[in-house]
Amino acid sequence: MSLATSTAPEPAASSTDSAGGRKALRRQRLAETITAWSLAGPALILLVTLFFLPVFAVFAIALTDWQFGASDLAFVGLGNFKEVFADEGFRASLVNTIVYVAIVVPGTISLGLVIALLIESGKSCRAFYRAIHFLPFMATLTAMAIAWEPLLHPTIGLVNQTLASLGLPTANWLRDEGTVLPVLAVIGIWQNLGYAMVLFLAGLKSIPQDLYDAADIDGADLWFDRLRTVTLPMLGPVSMFVFIVVALRAFETFDTVQVLTQGGPGHASEMLLFTLYRESFQYLRTGYGAAVAVVFLCIVVALTLIQARVLDKRVHYQ
Amino acid sequence: MSTHSPQGLSSSSAVMRHAALLITGALILIPFVWMVSLSIKPPGEIFRASFSFWPHEFYGIENYTKALTEAPLPQYMLNGVFVCASIVILQILICAPAAYALAKLDFPGKNLLFAMVLIALLLPHEVLALPLFILGYQIGILNTYAALIVPYVVSPFGIFLFRQFFKTIPDDVIHAARLDGLSELSIVWKIMVPMALPAIIAFGIFSVVGHWNSLFWPLIAVRDQSLMPPPLGIMAFKNEEAGNDYGPLMAASTIVVLPLIIAFLSAQRWFVEGLTGGAVK
Repeated sequence: MSLATSTAPEPAASSTDSAGGRKALRRQRLAETITAWSLAGPALILLVTLFFLPVFAVFAIALTDWQFGASDLAFVGLGNFKEVFADEGFRASLVNTIVYVAIVVPGTISLGLVIALLIESGKSCRAFYRAIHFLPFMATLTAMAIAWEPLLHPTIGLVNQTLASLGLPTANWLRDEGTVLPVLAVIGIWQNLGYAMVLFLAGLKSIPQDLYDAADIDGADLWFDRLRTVTLPMLGPVSMFVFIVVALRAFETFDTVQVLTQGGPGHASEMLLFTLYRESFQYLRTGYGAAVAVVFLCIVVALTLIQARVLDKRVHYQ
Repeated sequence: MSTHSPQGLSSSSAVMRHAALLITGALILIPFVWMVSLSIKPPGEIFRASFSFWPHEFYGIENYTKALTEAPLPQYMLNGVFVCASIVILQILICAPAAYALAKLDFPGKNLLFAMVLIALLLPHEVLALPLFILGYQIGILNTYAALIVPYVVSPFGIFLFRQFFKTIPDDVIHAARLDGLSELSIVWKIMVPMALPAIIAFGIFSVVGHWNSLFWPLIAVRDQSLMPPPLGIMAFKNEEAGNDYGPLMAASTIVVLPLIIAFLSAQRWFVEGLTGGAVK
């Protein structure tokens, strides 16, 4: 802290003895400010350049008819948004994304919770079971999507072979409009349930033993009674959190669509990020793509804020 | 639930627990197991559907050789290592001093800066891709390593996480270091970062796993095969060379997934902490 000796302007400096002390204090403050900003400066500049200017730019571009590479552009107001919402492809993409999220979120949360409860209900092999169920979450999804493809292959796929040998109907999972989205959702659940599980495991660990003892005294002898009166209510805050993060991850699904279906057949598996990518970077419809990005951003931010509010108000330990 | 029955589970429910978890675990592992199985089978056996894991004729050498030679897979892996390492090093270099300022110093604009970090934390990176692409085009870094690295050099999550940890380090430590004549920057690197090492490691894992696995931005930022990180490279391999030649394709997938899985299995606790970091606190 040996910075800045001569600057600090002192408009209100009095001529009493304490002025010197105050002056030193003020000088120290200024030095601390300069130090702080020089430490945080690079981060600040980069945050502005790489996050804030781009986000403003997305909104600005969304209001123009610009196509990447074109030398001129015109202000079109909300024209792109009208076009986006009038576009059948986009509407399909939005609906698909919502359906996908509506399958993945409850599927991931319920399976994650059940597996966490099973793991915590005994002492042996905890780390082993946790590792197995967590594996898909950190495995490269692009590569794993490629590995899912032969599993789902209509003739040589393991899934259809198994179904056929059990005498059950088979399907062309990734090429059938009726099955493609649920199949992608199953892959989404497969990938994320370990994440939910780990969060629930942490939540379970934080439940005080006293509560179980109290429940015992109150006559909650059965496993199910304890689950209902203690475990599940106490998992409230964690569950809300898991809900948010899984929903956000589901909204941001891209890799499986890109690798396995390219949004097809038709628009049956097209989801928002894939639409965003294709319009912005393949068709180079920059203004339109920016409008899609704005819609996507609004959904993600709204979800986060709504859930944060619910988290604040409704769910707490009592 | 941990000790919901004081004397432990009865043996029949313990068996049920293991049975249930082994079944779900096996289902979870099927894609991995089948990927490895196909990667050691010859084309004939792959297309003659069968349930057996082990091939009649071991074809692993051929498949893995093909994966490593027909596509520049080793190059993809090196690109991945270089890009992930550059990103995580730059992130720590840039985020740690900012986090220290936010945690331990008092200055006008501090709340604004922290609010900016929180807002940036809220923004999905994909939304920024279009302007970042244009920015990259303007400064001429598209289709270079820089295009893969620069957008990520500052991590709002990193600043946030480090700030939380730095806050738990007592001020006395910092005062003592100042009396010893350490500059603020040396306090960051010689005191704060070593003391917050668990947070740094957790963040490092979070960052490396995220960027090793990421497809969206690399797909936009680079075209040359020689620059592709593994996910993009393996997608190109699928689209261009392998197609339905599942053997080499599965071999390539196995090679891409393997480093993280080995790292995960050898440092499970760190990975779980890193990838769910902050979430639980």
